[in-house]
Amino acid sequence: MVSDHVQQLTEIQEADFEKESFLDEIDRSVSSGFSGIINCIQCGSCSGTCPASEDMTHTPRHLFAMIASEQRDEVLSSNTFWYCVSCYQCVVRCPREVKITDIMYALKRKAIRSGLYLDSDSISVGFSGRFLDYVEDYGRSFEFGLATRHNLRYRPLDAMKMAPMGLGMFRKGRMDLTPNRIENLKEFQKILKKARELGETI
Amino acid sequence: MKYNYYPGCSLERNAHSYHDSAMAVGTKLGIEFVEVEDWNCCGATEYMSIDKISAFTLSGRNLALAYEQKENGDLVAPCSLCLLNLQKSDHHMQESQELANNVNTSLAEGGLSYKPGSVQSKHLLDVFAKDIDENEIVEKVEKFLYGLKIAPYYGCLSSRPGFDGRENFDFPLRLDNLISLLGADVVDFPLKTHCCGGHMTQISEPTALELIRRLLKNAVDNHADMIVTICPMCQLNLDAYQDSVNKYFKTDFNIPVLYFTQIMGVAFGFEPKEMGIWQEFVNAKEVLAKILDEPPKVPKEKRASKTALPMAKV
Repeated sequence: MVSDHVQQLTEIQEADFEKESFLDEIDRSVSSGFSGIINCIQCGSCSGTCPASEDMTHTPRHLFAMIASEQRDEVLSSNTFWYCVSCYQCVVRCPREVKITDIMYALKRKAIRSGLYLDSDSISVGFSGRFLDYVEDYGRSFEFGLATRHNLRYRPLDAMKMAPMGLGMFRKGRMDLTPNRIENLKEFQKILKKARELGETI
Repeated sequence: MKYNYYPGCSLERNAHSYHDSAMAVGTKLGIEFVEVEDWNCCGATEYMSIDKISAFTLSGRNLALAYEQKENGDLVAPCSLCLLNLQKSDHHMQESQELANNVNTSLAEGGLSYKPGSVQSKHLLDVFAKDIDENEIVEKVEKFLYGLKIAPYYGCLSSRPGFDGRENFDFPLRLDNLISLLGADVVDFPLKTHCCGGHMTQISEPTALELIRRLLKNAVDNHADMIVTICPMCQLNLDAYQDSVNKYFKTDFNIPVLYFTQIMGVAFGFEPKEMGIWQEFVNAKEVLAKILDEPPKVPKEKRASKTALPMAKV
């Protein structure tokens, strides 16, 4: 029997080992099960290519360094992934095949579940959430409902500025006041309910 | 030729001129598009931000429904994001048995199932630019679009990432080629696969307006009369927000943005109105009036002197 002191150390290490790292957590959350962040060489190709990196608090490169150093809370409260436009340009540029866009989606999901996103990013969460509500109610998206409710809730001042565009959309027959519904709505809702249950913890 | 067709929510209303023109042009070329029965929304980029399994399940349902009417041929989507979601879901379901099981367990609640990899999907552009013989297109042209300078805009999602049918991440050429078959001039458009900003107009307008500004400027700098798109999101952002860009950056862009099927329709002899060319915010009428009856004369290049040193043309 080793000394109590050594025993204690081993226990601490084992406990640390058992705790899933942030990196593993992200790997588990991306669709393919491997995010590739471990391969990142910090070259910055992603940040250089990203059309929206100027508006991000951390560039994608910076964010990956933070993930590798386990700064979970700081990462999940960054605005980076909320400004990702999902254009995949970084993905095809990355020399290390990091699944950048999938990581950004995984971080959005984690930020929502952990509630760590900042108030200033609640507009993104609200938009996605509202979009989902309409799809689950009708099976199709409903632009008029989404645009009005979203803008009145998050951008009441801009909503007034948006009015002429909305009016233009009506006049040009590009917007309907009523949603379209799919036929098998009940089955559709059952399917989605199940998907959410199975869901995903991440 | 026959295909299954997944129009997507945008083509039901905001982009129904895209749908109408695609159907008209398709009929003229002897193509039949059979709509997938009771299709649902693809989830856009929003579902994946909130719940992974539901996001894949949405596309799983569409793929399952398309498989049930597989006798009509491959699945065609005119919207780049719809197509990406179909292909991405199928790809990841093939890669991960666990994901495929989860999607199928969900689908079973509605009496559906899908075997990953059993539906081939492609962009509407590929139907006209790849599946149909070039000569067949030229034969149908009644009015060549001589003198019209067009910037071919592919957008991001039809070019990336590396799923089927994406010929080149940065400089695809199939739309360029299709436009030149119609007699129009294709201008250089280096930003042809850059992003239009997607949903950012609703989240952070300055971010989106800057992306839109870059694209408009690039097209105008290269002397384009018009931008031609293959995606409803791109059309909406470049067209409906052009006014906002002008106000925000104090610019004076006034460049119409049409769908590629609309200009195909004009070349095939349809009236612009039949092709929904009146629903755009930046009116295309003036530009279409520029079309010449004959190809514009290109000044002949001077022949190099026989005694001069052979120099490469650059």
